Amino acid sequence: MANLKDLKIRIDSVKSTQKITSAMKMVAAAKLRKAQLSAEAARPYAERMERMAGSMARSFDGVDGAPALLAGNGSDQNQLFVVITGDRGLCGGFNGNVARETRRQIRTLQGEGKNCKIICLGRKGRDALKSEFGDMIVDTYEDLTRNGAQYDDAEKITDRIIGMFNNGEADVCTMVYTRFQSAMTQFVTPLQVIPFPTSSIKEVGAETAAGGLYEYEPSDDEILNDLLPRNLAVQFFRGLLESNASEHGSRMTAMDNATRNAGDMIDSLSLVYNRTRQANITSELIEIISGAEAV
Amino acid sequence: MAETVEFELVSPAELLLSEKVEMVVVPGGEGDFGVLPGHTDMISTVRAGQIDIHDGGKVTKSIFVEGGFAEVTSERCTVLAVSATPVADLDANAAAQRLEAATEAYKAAEGSDDEPKAKGELDIAEAMVVATKSN
Repeated sequence: MANLKDLKIRIDSVKSTQKITSAMKMVAAAKLRKAQLSAEAARPYAERMERMAGSMARSFDGVDGAPALLAGNGSDQNQLFVVITGDRGLCGGFNGNVARETRRQIRTLQGEGKNCKIICLGRKGRDALKSEFGDMIVDTYEDLTRNGAQYDDAEKITDRIIGMFNNGEADVCTMVYTRFQSAMTQFVTPLQVIPFPTSSIKEVGAETAAGGLYEYEPSDDEILNDLLPRNLAVQFFRGLLESNASEHGSRMTAMDNATRNAGDMIDSLSLVYNRTRQANITSELIEIISGAEAV
Repeated sequence: MAETVEFELVSPAELLLSEKVEMVVVPGGEGDFGVLPGHTDMISTVRAGQIDIHDGGKVTKSIFVEGGFAEVTSERCTVLAVSATPVADLDANAAAQRLEAATEAYKAAEGSDDEPKAKGELDIAEAMVVATKSN
């Protein structure tokens, strides 16, 4: 039978774990609110940027001489993945799901004989992928979301990626991030950012078709050359914000479960503890009584 | 009330302003342009400078932007700004310092690959100093 003292120690240790998980849950809840607000605040810009880029892209649709960022450079041999995860663990399946989706995509592309490269935004993504694809990871950015995602960081990353694109190191760029829906539900989403996805051209095209064509000032080429890198930065920025909100949501749910499990464990351990104690008392009483009877 | 245009100013972090105005003057890449109701559909770059909102024949608000894009339709004017600050909140000293730093950086970068970037920063800083003086 389990020793009373051991049981007591066990209960105390589960209790302190429970305190930690419930504190983490509350911290995550507070951070989630902030991250959610900034993710929502950033949506108008991204939406309008996409509308603008889409309606401009439509006018270049199928035309020769469109900028390479828009139409691609005609090759899809070198695939670049931008994998957005968190820097810390203890957030349920959040980091693992992103890594799994990336792995799946890379395997498929490798099967087709493509070269893949990875840029990790977030330490956990690198940790998860380095054992298998260590030689493909060209860069890792960490601590991007410590004080909430910053637009400047997104711009830096964009510069790096456009550099790779212009050097011919990458032909197609896909961002793998986690789209935030609620604290309970998030979706891992691969999103192609270079070349400009044709699906959104069609979507936006249908919407603005009634609005007629725009005049461009200075010229459509110049605007597009300026707009496309910025659109890219906005996409990455949005990816960071959404992933950040998802991370906190996921952590909150995970820690809530952990707190509840710790509670269940404490209950069942306490029951064993009380039973054991009562059994000890009873056996002591029996000893005393039988001792008294024997006299 | 005269006819109005729906003016929106958005930065990557948030929707800064969304209101009906009589006229708005935007510093376009090719020179300032005013937007009144019924303007032709247009997309333009925006250089660093100040956006003036006119109401009742007077400037009611001035906002400094560090470049971006503007989308204009007959009833709407949307400015996607890199960053935006009300002109009244600009700090003249900070702007002067930024101009100094930008000038030096530009000199250092002249002829190198970083030149366009340094030039952009210099333009922003210059426009900022001009905006603080107009106060």
